[in-house]
Amino acid sequence: MEPVLKVDNLTKIFTRKGQPDFTAVDHIGFELYPGECVGLIGESGSGKTTVVNMITRLVDATEGSVILDGEDIIKMSGKELRRAYRKMQMVFQTPTDSFDPRRTLGDGIGESLRNSGMSRADTKKEVARLLTECGLTPDFAGRYPHQVSGGQCQRAAIARALAVKPRLLICDEATSSLDVTIQKEIVALLNELRSQHGSELSILFICHDIALVQQFCSRVLVLYKGRIVEQGRPDDVIRDPKDEYTRRLIDSIL
Amino acid sequence: MSEPTVRIQKIKRDTVKTRLILFGALALLLLVCSVFSEHLTPYDPYLQDLTNTKAAPSAEHLFGTDRYGRDMLSRVIVGSKTSIYSTLLLVAIVTALGTMIGVFCGWHGKWIDTVLMRISDMFLAFPGLVFAMAVAGVLGGGLQNAIIALVAISWPKYARIARSQTLAQKETPYLKAARLSGSGTWKIIFKHILPNIIGPILVTSMLDIGTMMMELAGLSFLGLGAKPPTAEWGSMMSDTRSLLSTVPWVTLAPGFAIFVSVMIFNLLGDTIRDYADPKSRGR
Repeated sequence: MEPVLKVDNLTKIFTRKGQPDFTAVDHIGFELYPGECVGLIGESGSGKTTVVNMITRLVDATEGSVILDGEDIIKMSGKELRRAYRKMQMVFQTPTDSFDPRRTLGDGIGESLRNSGMSRADTKKEVARLLTECGLTPDFAGRYPHQVSGGQCQRAAIARALAVKPRLLICDEATSSLDVTIQKEIVALLNELRSQHGSELSILFICHDIALVQQFCSRVLVLYKGRIVEQGRPDDVIRDPKDEYTRRLIDSIL
Repeated sequence: MSEPTVRIQKIKRDTVKTRLILFGALALLLLVCSVFSEHLTPYDPYLQDLTNTKAAPSAEHLFGTDRYGRDMLSRVIVGSKTSIYSTLLLVAIVTALGTMIGVFCGWHGKWIDTVLMRISDMFLAFPGLVFAMAVAGVLGGGLQNAIIALVAISWPKYARIARSQTLAQKETPYLKAARLSGSGTWKIIFKHILPNIIGPILVTSMLDIGTMMMELAGLSFLGLGAKPPTAEWGSMMSDTRSLLSTVPWVTLAPGFAIFVSVMIFNLLGDTIRDYADPKSRGR
């Protein structure tokens, strides 16, 4: 089966004047198959966010390739990239900040639909449907981000990500800023969406909580100092960690 | 949020709205007065009466008369047109130009940013009014050239503010989300960045109205702005400052006019900032 996402040899080196070069991500490679949910864990500073930023082209990679659905993201021009974003969406760590404070949630969710040429009326209907799918009521479309709770806002962010029917959903610490009960709700929502969409939706789940990854992911990659030090089924990794850092990570929870 | 907090927010919101209406109306009144200034003067502002010079304020001449016996009240009213309109025009041009440059620099980055920002550093390194005098001197006198000179020295401030605000916006998750939604550069700038950065810029330009009024007046005094006998508040003040100790009203009358109009625009600016703050919109 063709992978949805194939990351190969991906590297990011930050060069700063007067300081030695800093390799944030060091020649990493992994694949993501249709319908799969892969967790990417690591401590802060391990390069998780840089990996995500390179995959979404918010940061330019120094080296390597990111093949999404057969096309290399790294080589794309602005216009091609905008088309590629219809296959790849992202949910951010801070839900409230991921919506323009001056626009309603409905505006934010419908933005990609309007950009792809959908009429105002159709967009409104689709936004209402998406909100319902993510466990909110259609009247949330008229609210501003600061008028709703973090959990509700994250649901709206997931609705926004699903608007273009992406093949790949990247959750960058999507649950980290929420409290435990809300975290559980969001994970439940993601699980529900997974079973609904089946092989249509693959998820890259960035997280620093190995317990959450164990519940939710079929495979886990452990990132440490810009390298993937370990990968495999979460249960195996937890039971029998091969790497020194992974061992420490697991010890810190148990 | 609890009920009392919601109420307090609503009350705050209502006072902001009231203030906005009040100061907006005052500013509008000022503008309307200056449009129809010719029809509002009790005397001809340019008519000299050498038998009645330096007369103290009285029922006949509310603000007294100047050294040529011209009615000060009439001159202040007529002066509002030159002073207010040229200042507003100046501030509008500077704000638009500076913001455009700043947003462009912040968004584009790289070498264009460096070049434009170093140029703005050069402008900021000169003492402003001296530089404006040089520019106005080269271009020759007249109000139009004075405005050009002041635009040349004041845009860097706005470019700096707009640039730093744009840079801050660029890092926010919602702009990343907008890019992921497939919005192009122009759409992002006009729909997301400008509405979010315009608040502080607008407040700065409102607060600048006073400074600009004074700088325009300074150039007028040096013969590089409004030419006498045109009534203009700044030049009226400068012309008569030697008389301050003997006949203070000739200086104080236009000064009072500047004070009042600057205050109205400042308060309006503050209120617009409060109103534009999305967090004051309440839950």
